[in-house]
Amino acid sequence: MAGTAGGVSPAALVGTAEGSGDAQFLRVDRLTKRFGEVAAVDDVSISIRKGEIFALLGSSGCGKSTLLRMLAGFETPTSGGIFLEGREISGLRPFERPINMMFQSYALFPHLTVWENVAFGLKRHRQPADRIKAQVDRMLGLVQLKPYAQRKPHQLSGGQQQRVALARSLALEPRLLLLDEPLGALDRKLRAQTQFELHSIIKNVGVTCVLVTHDQEEAMTMADRIAIMSAGGFVQVGPPREIYETPGSRFVADFIGTVNLFDGALVEDEPDHCIIETPVGRFYVGHGITGVKGQRLSVALRPEKIELSSVAPADTGSNCFKGRVLECAYFGATSLYRVMLSDATRLQVSVPNTERHGEVITVGSDVYATCTPDSLVVLVS
Amino acid sequence: MIGRLGKGWLWAGYAFLYIPIITLVVFSFNDSSMLSVWGGVSLRWYYALVADEQIQSAVWTSLKIAFFSASTAIILGTLAAFAISRYRRFAGRTTFLAHINAPLVVPEVITGLSLLLFFVACENFFGGVSLRGMLAIWIGHTSICTAYATVVIQARLTEVDRSVEEAAMDLGCRPFQVFYLIIVPSITQSLASAWLLTFTISLDDVVSTQFLMMPGTTTLPVLIFARARLGLDPMINAVATITVILVGTGVAVASLLLVRQERLRAEAQAAAYREAVLAARAG
Amino acid sequence: MPSAATATPAPDRSSGVLARLQRINWGRKTVIGVPFAFLVLFFSLPFLVVLKISVSEADGVQFKDLVDFADGTLTLRLKLANYQFLATDPLYLKTYVSSVIYAAANALICLFIGYPFAYFMTRARPTLRPILVMLVSLPFWTSYLLRIYAWKGLLDDNGVVNNFLLWAHIIDAPLKMMYTSFSMMIGMVYTYLPFMILPLYGTLVKADPRLLEAAGDLGTTPWKAFWLITVPLSKAGIIAGTMLVFIPSVGEYVIPELLGGPQTLMIARVLWNEYFQNVDWPMASAVAVIMVVLILLPLVLLNRYQNIDGRAEAAAARPGRAAA
Repeated sequence: MAGTAGGVSPAALVGTAEGSGDAQFLRVDRLTKRFGEVAAVDDVSISIRKGEIFALLGSSGCGKSTLLRMLAGFETPTSGGIFLEGREISGLRPFERPINMMFQSYALFPHLTVWENVAFGLKRHRQPADRIKAQVDRMLGLVQLKPYAQRKPHQLSGGQQQRVALARSLALEPRLLLLDEPLGALDRKLRAQTQFELHSIIKNVGVTCVLVTHDQEEAMTMADRIAIMSAGGFVQVGPPREIYETPGSRFVADFIGTVNLFDGALVEDEPDHCIIETPVGRFYVGHGITGVKGQRLSVALRPEKIELSSVAPADTGSNCFKGRVLECAYFGATSLYRVMLSDATRLQVSVPNTERHGEVITVGSDVYATCTPDSLVVLVS
Repeated sequence: MIGRLGKGWLWAGYAFLYIPIITLVVFSFNDSSMLSVWGGVSLRWYYALVADEQIQSAVWTSLKIAFFSASTAIILGTLAAFAISRYRRFAGRTTFLAHINAPLVVPEVITGLSLLLFFVACENFFGGVSLRGMLAIWIGHTSICTAYATVVIQARLTEVDRSVEEAAMDLGCRPFQVFYLIIVPSITQSLASAWLLTFTISLDDVVSTQFLMMPGTTTLPVLIFARARLGLDPMINAVATITVILVGTGVAVASLLLVRQERLRAEAQAAAYREAVLAARAG
Repeated sequence: MPSAATATPAPDRSSGVLARLQRINWGRKTVIGVPFAFLVLFFSLPFLVVLKISVSEADGVQFKDLVDFADGTLTLRLKLANYQFLATDPLYLKTYVSSVIYAAANALICLFIGYPFAYFMTRARPTLRPILVMLVSLPFWTSYLLRIYAWKGLLDDNGVVNNFLLWAHIIDAPLKMMYTSFSMMIGMVYTYLPFMILPLYGTLVKADPRLLEAAGDLGTTPWKAFWLITVPLSKAGIIAGTMLVFIPSVGEYVIPELLGGPQTLMIARVLWNEYFQNVDWPMASAVAVIMVVLILLPLVLLNRYQNIDGRAEAAAARPGRAAA
């Protein structure tokens, strides 16, 4: 992506002020957007690395779209700043920013052909004709739509339209690419395949990317880091694995995937382990927390980390719960069990069907659910 | 399915709508000038029409005024429609809306009278320059036509996908460029129908034209109205027949074009979908 | 590689008249301003002139001044005689009332004929429907003056209908149909019927047929389903069509003049006669002012009612802010 044959490189124009660097390629500083009394985005700050794919994940109304639109320039912040490569951009109109957005509805220009759609931005920036041709051809090659160059949007399928939208938003080689629910309009089967392709194209091009989605799977598969948003603020920010395996709060644990939550009290706390007593039984966690004896907290346990067996294990002191199978849903690759524990808590257990005719746990039978100390997460809030 | 009541109702309704028009056309070919006597088929009234210079000049005047009124109206109407659908909040929006919609609501006798008195007052104020005649009629028609044009264009404008405009801005379009590069191409059809609508309204206008015209120049509807008040005149039948043929052809052609356009679009979308399905199956 | 960034620098934030002028959104002001200015100049201002003339004393061709300053006294002369006359004269009152009644009758008849018409149009085969719409549009696009004139030919003593009835020996002497309320109403309904049918059709054709299927599934007869589901859902179309017919009908001039008679009192004819026949500009203006008030007042109230209604709906529909 280097080389500026005769043109001015965007970096030179934007300028590199102090305090920028690859780690703070995009910096959002205490950004707030109010609509009347309500704060759609409330005092949000984050730094995004160059080349990173950063996802804003949350349910509708959490403020993720508003934040994205502020980055694009379609909303003006009530307070706070946005810094791209060290330079304040929150005062710039959308057509003045080196940022491009791929819209959820694709927003292709219906009266222009695929080629003209992709060339549109380049023409507005008054690029010479031969450069435009070279760039458009390159983009169409990237998304594998060269044979469709002369078609109009209504002559394309949904997946093809999406690729045109992507090619168009990459044609200007923006410093920052924004994706608004990129896979939202696609059907399930197409989504899985497109996730892969989209991720690979973006990484190939190397552009820094912020994407907005309400779909966990989309965020988990595409992003380097995820920010869970709720009520205008960030609840937790981190790589997908960290968010899933080490949720910082009940909200996040419950939001991502399915989780079993148990409320209890801290009984013992040592550097290498701690014990939490709950109504269903005793949890032995494989790490210590700095807490107070008797402190109320929760334990989170993911369904896939539980083992079910019809025979009692050797040690039933902790991390072992007896219950009765209420229902079983067969998903082919896995089976999802609902087990009724002693205090009427329902435990969700996901069991991979590793053997074709393995031990089948029947509904109504008594089972023992066990887990390892490392599979437990302690939540304070 | 309609059922017998439905069929009957529709037939009766269309008969009601069309029998007057049909009688107009039929009697334009009547050799006798009396309705009670059928004198045989003849084209004498059409010849008389062609020979009548008053009618010729009236037609020409009407067409000129209608052309300018329609053209001005869609310019003003597009601006007004844009303001209404895009600018949600601005000082005086309610007054603006009231002004745009008022000509639709206020009877034409009032708009005609008020514009006339206004021009007379201006004449007295600025000393003798008569503003009546073609200019006044053009202004009067434009006010009314703008209201109709705004309604038609605004209906389409609100349908246009806003994210397409944002995408254009995102790619480097300044707001005015967005307007003529993106919005105008999307609304060409409603601009055309607004123009035709306002052209027809202006061409057909009697009341405000009567208030605003100068003796000496007259428009076709005013002429017809004057003659119709006096009695029945077969030349009017001839005019009517020509109008019906022109309008009928226009409406039929427009409808066919629209239907064809829709069909082509649906076919293109279906083809794209089929292709995608085949591609998915292949690999 | 071609440059992606634009060459425009960040906006200049300096104050100063020129900079402030730059920052005003001229585009926006023009878009709003141009049509606004045109209509204020050629619509509202003229109406103010009308208002002024309605309270002026005629002085030959000109009007005496309203305001007079002489001998240290400021005199405001408003001749309210015209308004007094209009408010008390029984004929004028009767004319206003009769205009509204005719307009309402027109709207009701058009609704009665037009609603089933539009409904049956939607029940026709989908391939037939564009043709049906086109056949309704054709009269709409044809000059209404010509079509009214056609009724003159039909209803005249010497006209087609009478000739037919005489020829068929249904009557002995020609029926006097012209220049009556009957002929005028036929003309009104004839002219305004497409204005009722087209909006109704537009609304009815968008109705979801599955709602009626659901109703049938739950045990409703087609007749009941029509009244309980179809009609209420087409409320918007009914209101639009009724307004499109009623409002212009009140101020209709051409139809009463060509087809109506001395008993068909319509207020637009009164205004016309005051101006063209009596050349009484102040009186014509006074009539105009009262007409506008009588038309605008219910509209303003209707608008306010709709706004309140709309605001209540919007408040109810707004989703609550996302809970944590």
